[in-house]
Order: sequence, then C-alpha cells, then structure tokens
Amino acid sequence: MARASAAGLLLLGVALLSACGDPPWNNPHPPVTDDLLTYQSVMTPSPPKHLDPAISYASDESLFIMQIYEPPMGYHFLKRPYELLPAALAAFPQVEFLDEQGAPVMQDDPDLAYTRYTLRLRDDLRYQPHPSFALDAQGAPRYLFANASAGAQYRQIPDFPEVGDRAVHANDYVYAIKRLADPDNASPMLGFMSQYIVGMKEFSEQLAGISRDGWLNLDEFSMRGLTVEDARTLSITIQGRYPQFVFWLAMPFFSPVAPEVDRFYHNPGFEERNLTLDWWPVGAGPFMMVKNDPNSEIVLQRNPNYRQDFFPSEGAPGDLEAGFLQDAGQPIPFVDRAVFRLEKEVLPLWTKFLQGYYDRSGEVHGNTNGVFDQAFVVGPDGVEVSGELSEHDISMSPDVKPGIYYYGFNMRDPVVGGYSEEKRKLRQALQIAFSTEEYLNIFYKGNGIAAHNIIPPGIAGHLPGEAGVNPYVYDWVDGAAKRKSIDYARQLLVQAGYPNGRDARTGEPLKIFIDVQSQAVGNTSMNWISRQFSQIGVQVEFRPADWSRTREKLLTGNTQIFSHGWLADYPDPENFLFLLYGPESPLECECDGSNNSNFLHEEYDDLFRRMRVLPAGPERDALVARMVEIYRSEAVWLYAFYPRDIYLNNSWVYNTKRHGISKATLKYLRVDDAKRQKMRKLWNQPVTWPLYVGALLLLALVLPGIIAYRRRQNATARNQE
Amino acid sequence: MFAYIVRRLLYAIPILIGVNLLTFMLFFVVNSPDDMAVSQLGEKYVTPQAIAAWKEKNGYDKPLFINGAAEGAGAITETIFFTKSLKLFAFDFGRSESGRDITTDVSTRMWPSLAVALPTFIVGIWVNICVALLVVMFHATRLDRWAVFLFVSLMSISYLFYIIGGQFLVAKTWKLVPISGFQAEGQAWKFLILPVLVGVVAGIGSGARWYRTLFLEEANQDYVRTARAKGASEISILFRHILPNALIPILTGVVVLIPSLFMGSLLIESFFGIPGLGSYMLDAIKSQDFAIVRSMVFIGSILYILGLILTDISYTWADPRVRLS
Repeated sequence: MARASAAGLLLLGVALLSACGDPPWNNPHPPVTDDLLTYQSVMTPSPPKHLDPAISYASDESLFIMQIYEPPMGYHFLKRPYELLPAALAAFPQVEFLDEQGAPVMQDDPDLAYTRYTLRLRDDLRYQPHPSFALDAQGAPRYLFANASAGAQYRQIPDFPEVGDRAVHANDYVYAIKRLADPDNASPMLGFMSQYIVGMKEFSEQLAGISRDGWLNLDEFSMRGLTVEDARTLSITIQGRYPQFVFWLAMPFFSPVAPEVDRFYHNPGFEERNLTLDWWPVGAGPFMMVKNDPNSEIVLQRNPNYRQDFFPSEGAPGDLEAGFLQDAGQPIPFVDRAVFRLEKEVLPLWTKFLQGYYDRSGEVHGNTNGVFDQAFVVGPDGVEVSGELSEHDISMSPDVKPGIYYYGFNMRDPVVGGYSEEKRKLRQALQIAFSTEEYLNIFYKGNGIAAHNIIPPGIAGHLPGEAGVNPYVYDWVDGAAKRKSIDYARQLLVQAGYPNGRDARTGEPLKIFIDVQSQAVGNTSMNWISRQFSQIGVQVEFRPADWSRTREKLLTGNTQIFSHGWLADYPDPENFLFLLYGPESPLECECDGSNNSNFLHEEYDDLFRRMRVLPAGPERDALVARMVEIYRSEAVWLYAFYPRDIYLNNSWVYNTKRHGISKATLKYLRVDDAKRQKMRKLWNQPVTWPLYVGALLLLALVLPGIIAYRRRQNATARNQE
Repeated sequence: MFAYIVRRLLYAIPILIGVNLLTFMLFFVVNSPDDMAVSQLGEKYVTPQAIAAWKEKNGYDKPLFINGAAEGAGAITETIFFTKSLKLFAFDFGRSESGRDITTDVSTRMWPSLAVALPTFIVGIWVNICVALLVVMFHATRLDRWAVFLFVSLMSISYLFYIIGGQFLVAKTWKLVPISGFQAEGQAWKFLILPVLVGVVAGIGSGARWYRTLFLEEANQDYVRTARAKGASEISILFRHILPNALIPILTGVVVLIPSLFMGSLLIESFFGIPGLGSYMLDAIKSQDFAIVRSMVFIGSILYILGLILTDISYTWADPRVRLS
C-alpha cells in the first residue's frame, strides 16, 4: 500500500512538473491568444453592485461605467485645480436665463425663474457594437422576443451572434434623464434633481401611476424641462439659478441611454438571466464591457466606434518634469483591453502586484496596515516606498482626495453645542487638545492632511500657507503651522467654565461622548483619543455602533460628537460648504440632510444662498472666505482631515497621474508590454528545491514503514517474541 | 425503504420552516428593512422617498410577521416573512437585493465550489485513512506516539495559518503556483493545487486521529486475531477486514458532508479567490443581502437533510444487517 502511494505521489509530482511547461508557473492570467495590449488590474474588495448610469453612485462602480459611458462634460486629465471640459459636447453648454414666461433676462434679474442649458453634441459620437442595435433584413430590431423561451439560449451579451451600432442622438440624453425620473429605476438622483429640472417631479408621479407589463417607452411621455432641438442638440431647463448644474453634467447620471437598449433589456426572461442594463452597460465611451463575471473578473475592450480623442498637450506645473506630457497629442486610448480581477484579500493582491501580474496596486490606504507596512517607510520627507518596491522600480501615485473626514460636534447638544462665547471656547479647547497631525501619523501612517478649512486642496476657497491657517487652533511659526499649546487649551477651558476639566458650578468632571462606527475605530485609537483629552482633564466615553445605528442617531440628533465624511461630487466649494447649511440639518428638513452638526447660523446661511448662485470670481471668493472664517471661529468640528491614498505602479505603466474627481482615466494609461513580459519572467522563476526536498521527505517517511512492514511479515514467531 | 425515505422527506418540511424562521428572526434582529435600503442605495442623497420606493420595489414595505391592517388570512400572508418564505419552498429564490437572479448565481457558482471541495474531500479521506492505517499498523510503538503528538499539534493550528502559510511559502516565496484565482476553462488545475493541498494538510490532524481511534477499536477484535492467525498479511487485515468493519462510523461522518460540498468553504474560497458559493454567502452577509442569505441557508438545510438520508441509506450498503423501516 505504502509503496503504491509513494509511487503514485511521485508520478503525480512528475506529471504536474511536466505539465507546468516553461516558467513562470505562477501566472494567474489565462494564456494570451491574441495580440491585444491588455492592462491588468484589480477590483477590490467586492464587485460593483450597479452599472446602470441611472442607479450607480459609488466610486468603485465609476471605475467601470466612466470608461463605458460618455457624459456631456468631463475633466481635464492633468490640470489642477480641476478643470471642466466638454466631453460628448462640441462646446460648453450655452446658458440662458429666463423669466416665468420664458423670455430671456439677465442673470441678476429678480424676475429670473429658470436657467436653460443648450447642449450641442459632437458629430462623431457612436455607440459601441451591441445586439440591441442589430437589425434584421426589414430594418426591425433583430433581438426582440415574444416570450422568455424564445431567447433562452442567450445567457450573456457575447452569446448574441449579431451586433449593430448607431450614432448617438440628442434624444438619448433626454431618454437617460427620463430614466432618472422613472420610479421603477429607484435612482438616487430622483429626489435631488427633482428640485432643479423643470417637470421632473410631475413626470415621476405620472409614471408611478402607470401599470406596466414589460418595457415602457419613455419617449411617449414628455418632461417639461427637456427639449430635443434636433438630432444633435437638446436643452435642459432648471428652476432658478444653479451654476453647479454644469458639474452634474460630468457625472454618469447624464450619460446617453438609447431607447432600443432599454427595450432590448426588457425582453421577457432577460432579467432572470441577469441580462440588464444594470449589468451590461451600453455606451459611446472609449471602452465597452465584453465580460462581466462579478465572481471573478470584469473585462473591458476598446470601443471600435469611439470618437477621436487625444492625450492633452497641457498640464499642471510639474507635469512635464514628471513625464506626464510624453504622450501629448497622441490618439487615445492606448490599451486595447482592461481586465479587472476580483481580489478580496490583501496577501494575494499584494503578492500578484509584486510578482508583476497586476500593473497597478489599486488604492492603498494608510489604515490598511498589513500592506502599508510592507510597501512604505515613513521617512523624513514623508512616505517613501520600501526597499523591496524600490528594487522593482515601483512608483507611487498619491492623491489627496477631494473629500474630508471629520468628528463633528452636535451644535444642539447642551454640553458642547451652542453659540455662546463659553461654548465656542470649550470646543476650541477640545480642538487644540486633539492633535490631528499625531493621529494621522500613528493611525494613517501620515496619509492624510490635517484640515484647517472645510474645503480641501485643489478646490477654490482652499488657501495654502499662512493665509490658509486656522488661527483658532494654530499659530504660524517659522513658516509652518504649529498647534497651540495644551496650556492655552487649559486657559480656554477655564474661560469656558471648566477649570481642570470640571464644571465650575457643580464640580462634576466634564465627560464627552463620541459616537464612532465600530468598524472604523479600534481600541488603540480610542485609547489614544482618551489620552489626548486627559491632558486637559476631560473624560471621554465612546459609543461604538454600526452605520445603520449611527445614521439613526444623526437623523434624530441623538449624538454629541460623531464621525462622518464627505467625498465631493464635483470640485466646487459649494459641494463642501453645504455641509453646514442650516436647511440641510436633518432636524430641520426631517430628511437625510448633510448638515449632521445641525449648525444653524443666519449669516452663514445667507452667505451660502448668495454664493451658490454666483459664478466663480472675486465676489464669490470673498463670500467663501467669510463662510470658512465662520466655520473656524464657531469650531463646528472637533477635527478634520483630507484623506490621501496611494496607487502603486509597476515601471511599465505610464500616465498614472490620479484624478480626484473623475475616474474616466483608463484611456490615458499606457503599458509597455515588452518590458512587462521581461520583468514578469525575471521575477517569477520557480524555486524547485522544495519539491525535491518534499519528495525525499515523503520517501524518508514511507521507507522505514515499508522496511518495518516487510521485517514484520518475514519474521518468524520466535523472532517476534 | 421507499416509505422510510418519503417519511424523512416529509419530516424535512417543518425543519425547513423552523430554519427559515430562525434565519429570518436573526437577520431582522440586527437589520431593519430601512437599513437594507440604505445599504443598497448608498450613503448620499438617500431620501425617505427613495427608501420607501426601494422597500416597495423589493417587497419590504409590509410588516415582518403580523399584518394588523390586513383582514383574515391576510394578517399572516401579507407579511414579509410569508411572502419571502413561500417562494423558497417552490425553489423560487428570486432576486438579490442588488437585483441579480439568485438561481442563476447559485447554479453558476456551485461548480467552482465543487471543483475545490470534491478533490479536497476525496484526497483528504484517502490520505487520512492511509495515514491512520499506517499508524495503527505500528500501534504502541514510538512511531505511533509521535504520530499522535503530530496529529494533536496539527489540530491545534488555526485553519487561517495553513492558508496564509501555504500562500506565503508555495505561491509567494517558491512561486510554484498562482497565489489565488480561478479559471473555469483550461488550466483550472493550476489554481486548485494549493487550496486542495491546504485543505488536505489542514484536515490530516483531526481526520487521521479520528480514523486511528476507529481502526484501533476494530484492530483489537477477535476476528482480526483470527485473520492474523490464519496467516493473512497486514495489508489484507487492514483493508479487507478492519476497514469494512469500521465503515459505519466513517459513513456517519462522511456521507452527510457529500451534498454540502456544493456549498463550498467560506475561508478557502475567500482567500484563494474561488468564485464559489462560500464566498457568495460571505459577501451577502457583509452587504446585508437578506435574499441571498435566506436562500443559501435554505439550500444548505436541504442539502444537510439530504446528507442525513443518504447516510442512513449507506448504512444498509455497509452493513447488510441494517434495515430501514
């Protein structure tokens, strides 16, 4: 038995070794069968939930749909501050201001009732090849089925043998906006956009009352604020003035959806086979989806019908030196295919990246300790790549996100809330005691920037240097911001009526309560925070809860200090300053408002209303500066920081500059495949000695057994005794 | 036997209702339909209207167990529990909260699970039995004592250690196989070597020790001494006499697992990137997808019941004296 086992194992080992072929043996990618240049990357830690442009509203989903769809507007890849550009449009939208009767008025006219945006499309926009556009000999749609069994053989989009395409019409953009309003799609934009787009609310209510069986052609219903002028021109009318609307035009919600695509996906039985627009997007962008296996990988391929597009010839200061303009003027996209593999665990992802099987690492955050410790060392000049990564010539692409994470005070709380001088001083004392810089260094490995301003870098209203310092918490010393001393914080506490951290009237110790999301904050972090406040004699109690419970507390105002964050939808100060706008308080609007601090400040709200409708310029900048001053002087948040994450790039990937707002950057990436193949081979030579050692070890275990067994079998009765 | 099987299948119905009820209660103790809606709709601009629309679209706009507003039987039937549970018994698993068809997902993902679980199961049993018989052959020797020590040591090590250690040594340091991933076509074996190896090695300690105990019990029986006295070889004694007689307890532990192999392994699939049902379940729990959790628990319960029935049937094959009535 043992002999047979050993022989079997050896044979198996030999067979496996011979079947492995030429090294490397650890290549996780399937053998290449074509000459398409493929970019290899990851999706982590879970696949996208929605890819329907009317529904999708998560950044990990944007990674895909922003390559497939082309909204009217886009962003300059290199320039900072972020610069909005026409994408599917031939030029910037034409803006007209109208009164109630639809007559043109000046933008500051008190009779202004509406703003009309006229959008003129490029003439070379064309959809990707797709079966929904395939026509039969009579010119009728090729794939429309009367019942579920008729099309049962098609389980995925590549199963359809015939495809077609067509030019993008202005009506497709109108149809897409109608889909936002269709209650059947449950778009997250419906509630928000209904406030602006004229007739959207009524349109939605009209559709809600219609019983439907299969596809509902939205072209049969009209929305007051939408007009198709001609095949390439449409207009959108919104209520009043809302200059930020143009930023929304750069989001996937406003990407075109062809009615025949919508009809195709409403074929009977398609939904049961996951053949939906939510799963198989159809666009006119640089790439199209050719495989969607959420369990393992998503594959995008170059859209052969993509319009003419070129790498930008201008960039931000320093881009030329950094090599980001090497491909200036070249036609894009550079890669033919992009494969995104699902990686849930850190070790496999990291190992494959270091072995060269992934071109880029995906986002590496400062608080993902395992990876971070391997990848980086925190040196005198900040975060640097570790020795192992340097040997592989791996570069990093850091990105300060246009977002802010913070611990906010509930301004309605009887202890820390309120607008009196004492309350302001109490909050400022707490702000000074919490060393954000130390916190970021310890718990985020320096990957974050302490916020002096509610507006992050790269967005108008954020000032660098001395002009941007929060004077209530910091002093400007020797060319750098220095946190005020703990002694000063103690003085503020005395003035606030809490000498040595005790209530001067009752003698009771001051105890603050912080609601934290249990998954986001660990014990070490909580202990550190407690120690910080103990310096000024203040006690802390943490109340950990999951997001659902935390959200409930915020909605009801049942919190004292809470953790929260915001990532910008668009690069405008309005998208941050609204976080403290009074009517956005959940207690005021009785909704899921964004002003979770319940900050109510008459001047601030008035400034916000004026700032919101002003175009960019000195007047608006002055209002923004005043609002920032109010935010600082009222000490609304305990601490805040701008998150920073890092992408790591193998040396054969080019044009890796990050864009904080737009994810439509795949088309700019270039890969040197020859170098990639060479390095992969070099880094992945198998170590075979463990196989031989293993075989010998097995033999060493089995052989004594065989010998002992044979001896026992051959032994005489006397010997056995 | 037919009557026995029918009776056992009928017993399964109240068990499944109970399991379903328990899953339902446990899930909704920590999650409300509103939480589910927020989880699916994202964190920005989630209006009460959007939450209400999501609940209505997905059938969570009713009371959980009792509908006080409904009349007659509607008090029971017009509830989330009833509407969601009834379809399960018709094997209509419906759609996940994110909109995907669960039946399609389950039928696609069970094969990768099986591709890992089946070889791990078969090779694992074969290795464990061989090792246990080898140790039994050297019972009461120094080899036996060291083997038991080794088994206990292997049992004491966390499963995660085997996974991470295996990945670190075999895939990262020695670069012999891909560290994770799966390809349904072509070179699937390349991706299965490491998870199967890890699964087998991690199971040797407990498996071989368990079989050793069973075999030792049989090895001291009279019929073994008689066989030895008649001059039968040790191999013959082990495989033709001891093994068949130890089959009943082996079958008890083994056959029940066979149908469950489809369900996959939570840890192995997650760490090795196997797109099977184990990782499907784990993802569903993380994303509060009750439709998937409910369906998977239901399928798991059915497969377990099936496993128990198969175990009973296998007794009649292993021991002709056993009769099912």
